Amino acid sequence: MPDSMKTLSSKELVDEVKPILERFRPERAALIPILQQVQAKLGYLPREAMLETAHFLDIPASTIYGVATFFNEFRFVPLGRRPVKVCMGTACHMRGGELVMEALERELEIKVGEVTPDGEYSLDRVACIGCCVMAPVVVIGEEIHPRMTPFKVEEMLAITRQDNTQAGPPE
Amino acid sequence: MTFDEIQQQALSEWETLQQKTRILVGTATCGRAAGALGVVEAFEKELSRQQADATVIKVGCLGLCYAEPLVVIMKPEEFSVCYGNVTPDLVPRLVEGYILDDDPCLELALGTFEIGEDGAPFIPELPRFELERRLILRRCGYIDPEDINQYIATGGYSSLRKALQMTPEDIVAEVDRSGLRGRGGAGFPTGKKWRLCREAEEQPKYVVCNADEGDPGAFMDRDLLESDPHAAIEGMIIAGYAMSASQGYIYVRSEYPLAVSRFRLALEQAQARGLLGANILGSGFSFSIEVALGAGAFVCGETTALINSIEGRRGMPRVTPPYPTESGLWQKPTLLNNVKTFAAVPLIIERGADWYAGIGTDSSKGTAVFALAGKVAHTGLVEAPMGTTLRELVEDIGGGVPGDKQFKAVQIGGPSGGCLPESLSDTPVDFDSLREAGSMMGSGGMIVLDENNCMVDAARYFLDFIQKESCGKCTMCRLGTKQLLDILTDITSGKGRMEDLDLLMELAEDIKSGSLCGLGRTAPNPILTTLRYFRDEYEAHILEHRCPALVCKDLIAYYIIPEKCDRACEHCVLACPAEAIHSDEKRIKVIDQTKCTKCGSCEEVCPPEYNAVIRVSPPTSVPGYEAE
Repeated sequence: MPDSMKTLSSKELVDEVKPILERFRPERAALIPILQQVQAKLGYLPREAMLETAHFLDIPASTIYGVATFFNEFRFVPLGRRPVKVCMGTACHMRGGELVMEALERELEIKVGEVTPDGEYSLDRVACIGCCVMAPVVVIGEEIHPRMTPFKVEEMLAITRQDNTQAGPPE
Repeated sequence: MTFDEIQQQALSEWETLQQKTRILVGTATCGRAAGALGVVEAFEKELSRQQADATVIKVGCLGLCYAEPLVVIMKPEEFSVCYGNVTPDLVPRLVEGYILDDDPCLELALGTFEIGEDGAPFIPELPRFELERRLILRRCGYIDPEDINQYIATGGYSSLRKALQMTPEDIVAEVDRSGLRGRGGAGFPTGKKWRLCREAEEQPKYVVCNADEGDPGAFMDRDLLESDPHAAIEGMIIAGYAMSASQGYIYVRSEYPLAVSRFRLALEQAQARGLLGANILGSGFSFSIEVALGAGAFVCGETTALINSIEGRRGMPRVTPPYPTESGLWQKPTLLNNVKTFAAVPLIIERGADWYAGIGTDSSKGTAVFALAGKVAHTGLVEAPMGTTLRELVEDIGGGVPGDKQFKAVQIGGPSGGCLPESLSDTPVDFDSLREAGSMMGSGGMIVLDENNCMVDAARYFLDFIQKESCGKCTMCRLGTKQLLDILTDITSGKGRMEDLDLLMELAEDIKSGSLCGLGRTAPNPILTTLRYFRDEYEAHILEHRCPALVCKDLIAYYIIPEKCDRACEHCVLACPAEAIHSDEKRIKVIDQTKCTKCGSCEEVCPPEYNAVIRVSPPTSVPGYEAE
């Protein structure tokens, strides 16, 4: 079971973060790599992880939060078990990416940035995954779905719902 | 091992490989998205089933992304053939036909696959290769990026050996003489930058490679790192030697996991052969490279913002001067170049500055690498000499706009660039001509737009992007871009006023002069170029509430032409997510405009033989329209 599926207590979260911190020297340049590894493990940056990192690097927690919120990669709520990312790069936009996003919002009944109540899907936008020739693209888990249309969204979701192999930790 | 021994070993492996039948499968990210890994698996299965002797090699990207998955079959003593759009079910035929027998299955082939003078593969049957000249990309799609020996066997790392026998000053002079300009976008002369950093007195110095390809719509750096990672590494080591630096960093977007893992593997392999690390090739010079992962911020493509990010800070630009060549990473002299700039360095060392300076135009030397995408038939990665015209790139190399649509504009340089109209398509592509036309080279993203793209919507898209990515340091960029976006949103929703156009121009100038970094200074470019070349579209939105390209949602309506609708067909009724379509008494489908969400599903599913669903603008032009 992926780590992000369990509800971890504060103490458990700290225990998850400690082995990551041990890989680093306590210097400022380690901050972003630490946050990236924490997120790779937990799927998001819990408050406890940021506090623990602040303690380890001996810099104010507010500074850590400032850096984390600056970058698009970091999130502060857990991902869904099947994270859905819609590419909003130029080529995807010009080929109807916005309509695909609307179709996903409609089908999943959530807005971009949210997670379905059952924790199954999260819906996010990404700036560009560099697959412009397949535009518009949607990424579910690790799998890239090329040349999407609003109408194909329903079918794609139906297939991923059946296919358990795509559910996995957001490593 | 000495370099000669390393090279000898690589060459003998390479020659053994040439005597076998090889199957090259393109497995860069674009190939994978199209299903290349399934094709690899199918080949491996089929080879063992039919007991055929051949080696499958996972190569990078040949640049013909539109035809992915791409496969090349190379047989000793026979033609090498390139196949496009290969699916696993075609694999048994290819194995039986060309690997076991002599039938090259030409009906499936794009053409033959040959290696040209520069060592780059080309397909003589495809006209695009007459205009292209692959130098930086010459190994992409030809060698296995995960095998350093294939890089060495094709001439790799011999420039490093040559450079280590030169003095650092001679290397800087050579790069300077070549006329190479930075491939990150601004086109600063590379030799000048190297000299400034070389002459800076403080120690230590750092070499940083910028692979933070944040321009949405560009993928050259990703492809290069995925297909030929050692080219950038070799260039960085040479730069390190020329700067007397011992530490290098590469800053890569974390959105590119395959590029990151291939680059890391390449670093390990180079280290294991003594090409990187302590005492490189016995020269006494030591250099190591660390990977820093970007965390998703467009502004970090800007030199000083990138440096802040490596230091573990918010990626906000610093005030310059002092420039990074004097005070960069940890306030030490830092040489920062783009991946493609570093990848060009081994070529210049190998073949000489004069050779390089002989390619391209007077002020822009060498080749330009473009990611061609959008409304163009042959999307992919292109490398052509500087000075090639936009028309040649779009029509001859890209195969033009598909589906009888009219080529309207080309967007170059991403959010900092501009949209140039079809009428300017004889503009040569070089740093200065593009700047004169109001755009810029940028990192090399090139998106083709056709008559179905709205230029106001395009400008709005870029402003939306820029406004979200503005780091917030400079007031004009932070608040000004928001105002620009609001005005454009008004225009695209039919609430614009003519005086807004003057306000856009005025604000654009203020943002340009009131921003510190390149992001802010170029942020208004998409608006300025579209206003300059497509003012009539802005006016149609404002004065007639009409979107000529039928894109802006608030200004269009979907309509089913009764004469074209087929009574027995219910595709649109079933597809409509809003249940806005019903059949009338004659079983002709009608859209309820009050329920319609304008998602376009009906237009998508209406069978092409009927083609009954159309878009109209303004919405009031729908027959029987009643205002809500």
